Amino acid sequence: MSVKVVLPTALARHTDGQKSFDSQAEDLPGLLAEFDAKFPALAKNVKDENGKLRRFVNVYVNDEDIRFLGGDAHQFEDGDEIMLIPSIAGGCCAHGD
Amino acid sequence: MASSCTKYELRCNECGKSYGNRPLSACPDCLAPLEVQYDLESVRGRFTRESIAAGPANIWRYKELLPIPEGFQPDLPVGFTPLVRAKNLGKRIGADNLYVKNDAVCFPTLSFKDRVVSVALANAQAFGFTTVGCSSTGNLANSTAAQAARLGLKACILVPADLEAAKILNTQVYGARLVRIDGNYDHVNRLCTLIADEYNWGFVNVNLRPYYAEGSKTVGYEIAEQLGWRLPDNIVCPMAGGSLIRKIRKAFKELIALGLVEPKEVRFFGAQATGCSPIAHAVKNGWDYIEPQRPNTIARSLAIGNPADGPAAAKMIQETGGWAEDVSDVELVSGIQELAEDEGIFTETAGGVTTAVAARLYSQGRIGRDDLTVVCITGNGLKTTDALEDCFAAERSVKPKLAAFDEYIRAVDGQLIGADVEPVLAGGAR
Repeated sequence: MSVKVVLPTALARHTDGQKSFDSQAEDLPGLLAEFDAKFPALAKNVKDENGKLRRFVNVYVNDEDIRFLGGDAHQFEDGDEIMLIPSIAGGCCAHGD
Repeated sequence: MASSCTKYELRCNECGKSYGNRPLSACPDCLAPLEVQYDLESVRGRFTRESIAAGPANIWRYKELLPIPEGFQPDLPVGFTPLVRAKNLGKRIGADNLYVKNDAVCFPTLSFKDRVVSVALANAQAFGFTTVGCSSTGNLANSTAAQAARLGLKACILVPADLEAAKILNTQVYGARLVRIDGNYDHVNRLCTLIADEYNWGFVNVNLRPYYAEGSKTVGYEIAEQLGWRLPDNIVCPMAGGSLIRKIRKAFKELIALGLVEPKEVRFFGAQATGCSPIAHAVKNGWDYIEPQRPNTIARSLAIGNPADGPAAAKMIQETGGWAEDVSDVELVSGIQELAEDEGIFTETAGGVTTAVAARLYSQGRIGRDDLTVVCITGNGLKTTDALEDCFAAERSVKPKLAAFDEYIRAVDGQLIGADVEPVLAGGAR
């Protein structure tokens, strides 16, 4: 099984510019563990010092907020689109420099 | 009018890093919201009661503490709305020292959003955006469309598809591109985040959000000035995204820091509709985080289930010793009618929420009868007349004859006439 992970520009700076990639993660904790291995800078950006997802990051599964689906316990299904977006987002570091 | 020469910059609330001034809303490192911070010392001596009194009768009298880019010439007389004593409503709800801050008559589009949009668009121009936009529950759409038109900016505005007809028309009339999105506000807002990532557009409440939010402070400055440069005991404020209530407090703190008002611990009370009350729910549970909700209320302008500034607002309310309450759609409609019947102020559904919540806070004893309390009314009832559709029966028509009128009015409302007036007889000389 495979899911598609989608990132906004603000986070894609940690993935060599990749805004989407496939993942074999079965749930959100699994996805975060995968970040640790594949994109450590991304993991550092989206996780707090306790290893939990920062409270300013929202996760959507096929357009639905994962908190409505059970959060960490929610099992991804094959073909799901998982999107991570900062809760207050928008803008790009480069603009205005 | 000269622009502000106060030094300000974006700073992260969590990690404290500074980012200068740019269209950016979240800290790239810890993803927390950015906020505009001022060098208050650079304003001391320039931002005084006298200098403010010498300014124009609008929000630009406070420009020294607004993030206005160099060279910006404010042109619209936004804000400086009435603060009125509400004796009749006070009598109804048991309040002896009650005021209403009436942004139902804010210029140019009859909601407090005019304040935030004017500050956001000043920055949009400075950043070189030629197209601006917003995700909106209606009032922000109206204001962005109107003020973009005035400034010669193109506007693309995204709203939930089921928005009130008046708020849609009140956006389209200004020539803005309005896009109805199948979903609620939270879906619209997320989409705008993605659009802002791809297009070079200035979204007032997305990538321009830190600047936009500062405009809300002017509600607080005005309240203090209109009370004769003193702070109230309590503020009752509607909450959607949770930004306004925090910015009123920020305004009060700045005024205290600069010596314009005596220090005072103002308590802040938040108002939501029960059908979308994530912030009130958090306050009642003592949380500093938000559980998102799926909105189901006629108070569409407050229907944000995943409020961006919700966690910070919930935390702040608790810090001040305040509280948050939520009321049903039936109660909010009564609130609209009571404010209109008592004070002659016709507010939209959000104002009905705020009025009904204020009444409840007094009845609960959370606000004392003698406290100086200001209720913030943020929008105009003409935009949400659908909410009152079932409240008034269509009256039958009456023949244009005195006797017919006399018979009719005695039947429906005899008290209007007075006991000493004789009935008019059909065919009589009178």
